[in-house]
Amino acid sequence: MSAAKHKRIGAEAVEEKGWLRAHKWLILRRISQFSILALFLLGPWFGHWIVKGNLAYSYTLDVLPLTDPYVALQSMVAGHLPETLGLIGLGIVLAFYLLVGGRVYCSWVCPVNIVTDAAGWLRDRIGIKGSSQLGRNTRYWILGMTIVGSAVSGVVLWELINPVSMLHRGLIFGMGMAWTVVLVVFLFDLFVTSRGWCGRLCPVGAFYSLIGRWSPLRISAPKRTACNDCMDCFEVCPEPQVIRAALKGEGKGVGPVILSPNCTNCGRCIDVCSKDVFTFGLRFNNPVSTAQPAVVRTETN
Amino acid sequence: MTEKTPKSGAARRQFIFDSAKMVCGMGMLGLGLGLYAKQSKALPALALRPPGALPEDDFLGACIRCGMCVRDCPYNTLELAKPETPVATGTPFFNARNIPCEMCEDIPCIKACPTGALDHSLTDINKAKMGVAVLIDHETCLNFLGLRCDVCYRVCPVIDKAITLDLVPNARTGRHAMFLPTVHSEHCTGCGKCEKSCVLEEAAIRILPPKLAKGELGKHYRLGWDEKSKAGKSLIDESKMLDLPDRLPEGAVLPGHYDPASGHTEAMRGMPGSEAGAIPSLPPGLGGKP
Repeated sequence: MSAAKHKRIGAEAVEEKGWLRAHKWLILRRISQFSILALFLLGPWFGHWIVKGNLAYSYTLDVLPLTDPYVALQSMVAGHLPETLGLIGLGIVLAFYLLVGGRVYCSWVCPVNIVTDAAGWLRDRIGIKGSSQLGRNTRYWILGMTIVGSAVSGVVLWELINPVSMLHRGLIFGMGMAWTVVLVVFLFDLFVTSRGWCGRLCPVGAFYSLIGRWSPLRISAPKRTACNDCMDCFEVCPEPQVIRAALKGEGKGVGPVILSPNCTNCGRCIDVCSKDVFTFGLRFNNPVSTAQPAVVRTETN
Repeated sequence: MTEKTPKSGAARRQFIFDSAKMVCGMGMLGLGLGLYAKQSKALPALALRPPGALPEDDFLGACIRCGMCVRDCPYNTLELAKPETPVATGTPFFNARNIPCEMCEDIPCIKACPTGALDHSLTDINKAKMGVAVLIDHETCLNFLGLRCDVCYRVCPVIDKAITLDLVPNARTGRHAMFLPTVHSEHCTGCGKCEKSCVLEEAAIRILPPKLAKGELGKHYRLGWDEKSKAGKSLIDESKMLDLPDRLPEGAVLPGHYDPASGHTEAMRGMPGSEAGAIPSLPPGLGGKP
């Protein structure tokens, strides 16, 4: 009876495709997030130094440097250029996210994503509705402020309070009171604003979205004509505003590829769709019309 | 754009309003962060940065908080500041009393740094300036009490340059010397081994930031004796020099002091020619007065 009152997101997909297929990308994403964390922890916990450092800068197997471009940018506007390895790492990371989409960092790498996903899940489970108003552009304003602020103060400004690096650094170098900051982010997402941190405030994500502005790897809705308007994709998506144009663009001259730089390529829409509307694709494969033969429509209806 | 509908006017007003809202919000957040940034530059006196660290003002802009220096330090000297530590969050520091810097010759922490936060042009660890040792408490230092502790001097990696033992007669006993540990800041790297090994409950010798530890002479000051040795001769005509009388204040007695007026040297206890008599520190069994 309560199930009738509050339908779980993706219930239809689980019925249709089975639990595993309805959670495929979520599982892969968690594996990715935890594997990356495990690689970082292998050193300090077990003495196997595959990766040293943290998400700001890491050095893998003494060959692969990776530099966080947002932290590096703040440092650069504060008047300091990284050393050679730091610059190489910067190039590698920029090239990677330029290809796969900047916000892949958010959904496949960032440890805070696990926290905010948990808050989002719990919010859905206990049915917290309503959310205080906070524009999705706020993060770009914060991003701008941290860049200008770093230049003015000469300090890598956002790193003073960045919950993302506090959590990651905390896990690897010692948590201290950093957990309180993470808890605040969790409670903020749970009670104050739905998808508040990652979707509205975090300037790290905002920065990565700019890197992935033109990235070729995209979520696409090639079978959008099969959509039965169950709204599960909108419910599960951390950035639901990115879906509409592509999903509902048939007949409006808009192709099926989700081109918004804020799509995190998390693939949850693919999981929860019982009609398999979504898939990973390339931004170039974006025909204005994706209408299927009428048979498909009658079949699904 | 030329013909404006009322709707676009309203939309524009909304846009301006929204932007103003954001600018104000960011102004508040930015101001708060900026002031916090300013405060975070006040590094506590006993938190030391790794060798080669830029001055604190520059360090917080150059350091990206990656912890590579922490990882490559073979002695686990460095740690990254946690949010509750009174050091800018995520930046590396060490406390000499916990684990001092062992002054590795290859300076792995600097090599590991992917930015210029640790100055890569520093290749001789003896030129590092993490701080300056200061024998901060003369009242508890065992050598000042007349004992031969000498531990800070012995452990100093730049022994006999950064710390020397300067001999001074022990006026209390009258028959001993005091070996006073004396820091020479131009050789001290601030590694902290002296502070670490000070045997007291609280170290009497501590590493302080050079800014806190060092005075500075006026730029125009010249030390006559230095100039004289540099020039090989006095810079003035010494024959015309007027010697003012050297006088002690009325009634003052300074053991060992030569008074040019009377030609008399004040007796010093325990020194040859002394009439000062019994030495109180000598127990009766060893010839002291009961």
